[in-house]
Amino acid sequence: MSALIEVRNLAVTFGSGRSHVQAVRNVSFDVAQGQSFGLVGESGSGKSTILRAICGLAPISAGTVHIGGQPVRSPRDPAFYRQVQMVFQDPYGSIHPRHTIDRVLSEPLAIHGFKDAEARIEKALQDVGLGHGFRFRYPHQLSGGQRQRVAIARALILEPQILLLDEPTSALDASIQAEVLNLLDALRVEKKLTYLLVSHDLAVVAHMCDQLLIMQYGTKVEELTRDALQRRAATQRYTQQLLVASEGFKGP
Amino acid sequence: MTDLLQVAGLNVSFPSRDGPVRVVRDVTFNLGRERLGIVGESGSGKSQTGRAILGLTPGSGTMTADRLTFDGIDLRQASVKTWRTLRGPRMSMIMQDPKYSLNPVMKVGLQIVEAYRRRGDATRADGRDRAIAMLEAVQIRDPERVFRAYPHELSGGMGQRAMIAMMLIAEPDLLIADEVTSALDVTVQLDVLRILDDLVRDRGMGLIFISHDLRLVSSFCDRVLVMYAGRVVEEIAASDLHHAQHPYTQGLLNCLPQIDGARGPLQTLTRDTAWLA
Repeated sequence: MSALIEVRNLAVTFGSGRSHVQAVRNVSFDVAQGQSFGLVGESGSGKSTILRAICGLAPISAGTVHIGGQPVRSPRDPAFYRQVQMVFQDPYGSIHPRHTIDRVLSEPLAIHGFKDAEARIEKALQDVGLGHGFRFRYPHQLSGGQRQRVAIARALILEPQILLLDEPTSALDASIQAEVLNLLDALRVEKKLTYLLVSHDLAVVAHMCDQLLIMQYGTKVEELTRDALQRRAATQRYTQQLLVASEGFKGP
Repeated sequence: MTDLLQVAGLNVSFPSRDGPVRVVRDVTFNLGRERLGIVGESGSGKSQTGRAILGLTPGSGTMTADRLTFDGIDLRQASVKTWRTLRGPRMSMIMQDPKYSLNPVMKVGLQIVEAYRRRGDATRADGRDRAIAMLEAVQIRDPERVFRAYPHELSGGMGQRAMIAMMLIAEPDLLIADEVTSALDVTVQLDVLRILDDLVRDRGMGLIFISHDLRLVSSFCDRVLVMYAGRVVEEIAASDLHHAQHPYTQGLLNCLPQIDGARGPLQTLTRDTAWLA
């Protein structure tokens, strides 16, 4: 069976001349249908750029991206966005501050010409654990966790197969993070979704993903399964450093 | 030994349409030359506690305390002049968000030099070298470039480290670090903690480390105060954290995902208003 997301020798470069930056260099990986795949790395390692390149927010300079066996087209067509949706890191910045939740959720439906907006909005709010009562509020009337639920609802409202999750919980408190991660996990099983999750937190990725790719300076360091990670079977020094660092501070 | 900082019955409240909101309630603790962690969710009053100690409660809020002394100086009656000798050279606070805490129209290097010169005994030429050395100490790869950069030209992590450099250059006696490492990568996080650790160990600095990451705090601090809705619900030695009695502390610990954790859903926090009684 071929993979649902197939990334081959992907490179992303920005700028030219002196300000030329190679954000992603020669990265390849496959994500199977229904899998949850993690990209781990520090800031500047290019992990978010890969997500942005897949959904057309960053230029693909070299290499290919196939979704469901088809190469992605530039610019991406509406059919692509019905299949692939993204949830961004910062729920304070990714939702229009002067639009109600109702308007935030109806926009994608209008763009894609769905007729049953009313039912879908109600259903999407139910799915993410926000009742009808939140529908006509503004983002500033919601907490960070509730806003991230709205962002997830907005992504799910088109019933995509693939969710690209860019640090979905790093702006949230630990206690709220647990709720959002549980929600994402439950939705994946219920709707048979495929996740590509980016995080700097090895523990979050180990909890959510079956397979993970460690990145540094825009290149792939190594690919591991969760079992291998739990057995501490990392072969690269950088991965071992990350594992040690995630155990917390140790005095000299 | 007298404590560096003594806080008793600290209250902070803000007015609202429905009467005053008490964001810090009867907080009492003493700080020696040690690492004290304050942990809680957002809105639990941990940052306001830190701000109140430095006299930085916003104008709309009211701060009262039965006792608030720093090295024998009563901070409740401190004059503007006294504050000027304290804030910066002797006690300082690293704020959460470098985007809003650095001066946007001033080069980072000059801001650090300015902080250094507040100490009094510093010369201009010396300041530049010290600032560069400090930027190196917080693991900035290209300190010359950062020295000349404006805050908007730095990433979040770099800005945070520049802030830390600025606060540490004056070598204060008391440092309040408000979520300093939350925006940093794990490996850099440990570097920053190591710098703070050295300062506590070598110079006998007192450190209040505010964070929502209970596991990090427990591995770094000596003692932890757990706050819920403005009240300290538990005070516990960091090494005993896994024997925490209060359900809120246990909840905060258990809701974190673990590399070796099971696949099942994570525990979520239950909150009880009876804890405020």
